[in-house]
Amino acid sequence: MSNILEFVWLIPVLPLIGFLINGLGRNNLSKGLSGIIGSGVVLASFIISVLVFVQVKSGGSLDNSYFDFINISSLQLGFEFKVDVLSSLFLLIITGVGFLIHVYSTAYMHDEPAKDFAKYFSYLNLFVFSMLLLVMGGNFVIMFIGWEGVGLCSYLLIGYWYKKEENTDAANKAFVMNRIGDLGFLLAVFWIIAKIGSVNYDVVFSAASLAKFSATDITGITLLLFVGATGKSAQIPLYTWLPDAMAGPTPVSALIHAATMVTAGIYMIARSNALFSLSEFTMTVITIIGLATALLAASIAIRQNDIKKVLAYSTVSQLGFMFLALGTGNYVAAVFHVLTHAFFKALMFLGSGSVIHAMGGEQDIRNMGGLHKHMKITSVTFLIGCLAISGIPGLSGFFSKDEILAGAFGVHGYGKVIYAIALFTALLTAFYMFRLYFITFTGKFRGTHEQEHHLHESPAAMTIPLVILAVLSIVGGYIGVPEALGGNHALAQYLSPVLKSAAHHLEHSTEYILMALSTILVVAAILFAWMKFKNYQGEGEATGFGRLLQNKWYVDEIYTAVVTKPLAALSGLLDRVVEKKGIDGFVNGVGRAVNYGSRQLRLVQNGQVGVYVLLMVIGMLVLFFIQLFA
Amino acid sequence: MDIKAYLVLSLTLFTIGIIGVLVRRNAILVFMCIELMLNAVNLLMVAFSKMHAVSPVMKASATYASDAQIFVFFIMVVAAAEVSVGLAIIVMLYRNTHSVDINFLNRLKN
Repeated sequence: MSNILEFVWLIPVLPLIGFLINGLGRNNLSKGLSGIIGSGVVLASFIISVLVFVQVKSGGSLDNSYFDFINISSLQLGFEFKVDVLSSLFLLIITGVGFLIHVYSTAYMHDEPAKDFAKYFSYLNLFVFSMLLLVMGGNFVIMFIGWEGVGLCSYLLIGYWYKKEENTDAANKAFVMNRIGDLGFLLAVFWIIAKIGSVNYDVVFSAASLAKFSATDITGITLLLFVGATGKSAQIPLYTWLPDAMAGPTPVSALIHAATMVTAGIYMIARSNALFSLSEFTMTVITIIGLATALLAASIAIRQNDIKKVLAYSTVSQLGFMFLALGTGNYVAAVFHVLTHAFFKALMFLGSGSVIHAMGGEQDIRNMGGLHKHMKITSVTFLIGCLAISGIPGLSGFFSKDEILAGAFGVHGYGKVIYAIALFTALLTAFYMFRLYFITFTGKFRGTHEQEHHLHESPAAMTIPLVILAVLSIVGGYIGVPEALGGNHALAQYLSPVLKSAAHHLEHSTEYILMALSTILVVAAILFAWMKFKNYQGEGEATGFGRLLQNKWYVDEIYTAVVTKPLAALSGLLDRVVEKKGIDGFVNGVGRAVNYGSRQLRLVQNGQVGVYVLLMVIGMLVLFFIQLFA
Repeated sequence: MDIKAYLVLSLTLFTIGIIGVLVRRNAILVFMCIELMLNAVNLLMVAFSKMHAVSPVMKASATYASDAQIFVFFIMVVAAAEVSVGLAIIVMLYRNTHSVDINFLNRLKN
C-alpha cells in the first residue's frame, strides 16, 4: 500500500464537495440523489479514515503544511494538518458515526420537500467538514476555523425548521453561548501568539515543556481555552444551550449534540494536554466544573418528560464525566469515554428519533408507554444503550466510566470525595435512563387512539444504524479493558505517544472493590427505577425538590434575571438616552445648524446689485490686506 | 517726475470711481465711474512703464518703454467696444422701464 497519508486531505475535502453539490444543486437534486451524495462522501471519508488509522497504528504520522494561510512578518502560519494517533481516532468516530447518522437521516427526513432535504444534507456535510478540520488542524488557528464552523452548522441545523420561532430562539441561544466560549478560545490563541509567535502544536507544546511560559501565562491560557471548551462542550456555566438545541431534527441531536461537536472541547484539552498538565489550578477548576456539571445535569434529567431533553441532560452529564477525567489527568479515559459515549448516545438519540417518528412527532414520554411490543428493534437497541450508559459490566460504558471513577479515586487528597460524588452521579444516570426506558417502552400505551394505530417499527435505513451502533455500544469497550481485568488497554497503548496518562494506578484489589461497588449500586438503581416506573400511570404535579428539578434548578430563569434582563435594560437605556438623545441629537443638531446657517446666509443674495458690488469691493480689500500683511 | 504723484492721482481716481459705483443709482453715472476706474488703472500702467524704462537693460532694446503704452491703447480700444455694449444695455433698460435707476436691475433676483 502506498502512503495513504498523502491523501489525508481528501478526508475533509470530500464532505466539502458534498456540501457544495447539495447546497448549490438543492433546487435540482432529487431526494434520493442528495441523500446518496450526502452519505456517500462521508462513507468515502470513513474508508480513507480507516486506511489512515491502520497506517497510523503501524507508526505513521503526518505533519503537513499545505499552503501559507497567514504570512505576515512576525507570524508565519500555514494551513497545517496533523494526523497522529489522537486525531486519527477522532476521524474514525466522526466519519463512522457521521455516516450512520447520514443514512438514518435519509429515512428520518423523508417527509421533507426535496429542496429542504438537500439543504439539510448540505448542512450535515458542512458540519462533518468543519469537525474534520477541527481535529485534523495542525495548529490552534486551523482548529479554530473548524471550531467556528461546527458552531455555525449547529446553529443552522437547530434552526432547520426555522418557521417555528422557538427553534430559531434555540438556535440563537446556542450560537450566542458558543460565541461567549469562543471568545475565550480566541483570547487564548492571541496570548499564545503574543508569547511565542507561533500556534503550531509542536512548537507550542515544546515551548511549554521548555518552560517558556510563566506560571501565570500557562494558567491564563489554559483557563481561557477551558472557557472555550465550556461553551462548545456544554459545561457550567454555558451548558443551557444544549438542552434547547434539541429543537433541531433528531439525527442532528445525535450527530452534533451528542457524538461529535460537543466533544470538541474534550479533544482540544486532550490535544493540549502538555499545556494543561502544567497548571495545577486549571486542572482543579476543570475537575470541579466537570463534577458539578455531571451532578447538576443528572439531577435535572430525573424529572424531565421530553424524551430528547432527558438525553440532552444526560449528554451534558456525561460530558461532565469526561471533563472530570481530564481534570484528574486521566486523558485516555476521557478520550475513551468520548468514543463509547459517541456510540451509545448516538444510539439512544437515534432510538428516540425512531420513537418520535413512530409517534408522529410526539416527544412527551407521559404520552408513550408500552412501545416495546410495537417496535422491538428500537426497544432492544435502546435498552442496550441504557445498559451501556449505566455501566453494566460487559458493555462499553462500564469500561470507560469505571476508568474515570478509578482515576478520580486515585487522586491524592480529595480523591475519595470526588469518587463518591461521581459514583452518586453514575447512579442517578442509571436511574434516569431506566426511568426513561420503562416509561417509554413498558406499561400501557397512554397516547391517543390514533397514535396507537399509527405505531410501527421504523424502516431499515433507520434500524440498521441502530443495530450497528448497538453492537458498537457492546463491543466498543473492549479496546480499553483495564489490566485489572486481564486486558492490556489497547487504547491507552495506542494513544501513549500523545497522551501520557497521569492517572494514578490503583491496586488491582482496590479496583475490583470499586467495580463491584459501582455495579451493585447501579443494578440497585435500575431495579428501583423498574419498581417505580414499570407501570407508570402519570404522576401528580411535582412538589418541593421535584419541582425544582423539573424546572432545571431555575437556571434559565436565573440567567434571564441576572444577565439577560439587566443587559436588555442597559441596551434599552443606551438606545433611549445615548443613541436617541446623544448621538442622534448630535447628528441631527449638525444638520439643523447647517440648515439654519444656510437659511440665514441665503438672505445675503437679495438681488441688489449695489450690495453685490459692495461685497465685491470688501472682498477685494480683504484680499489686498491679506496680501499686504501675510 | 516722481512716480508717487502718478500713484496718488491714480489711486484718487480709482477711489472716486469705486465710491461712485457704490453710492450712485443712476446707471449712466455708475457706468462713467467704471470707466474712471479703468482709466485710473491705465494711467498707473503707463506710469510704471515709464518708470521701468530707465533701467539700462531695457534701453538696449529697440522698442524699450513702449510695451505697456501700446498695451494701454489696446485696452482703450476694447473699453470703447465695451462702452458701446454697456450703453446699449442702458438704452434698452430705459426703453423698458423709462428709468435709468440701477435698482430696477434688482429684478435679476428672480
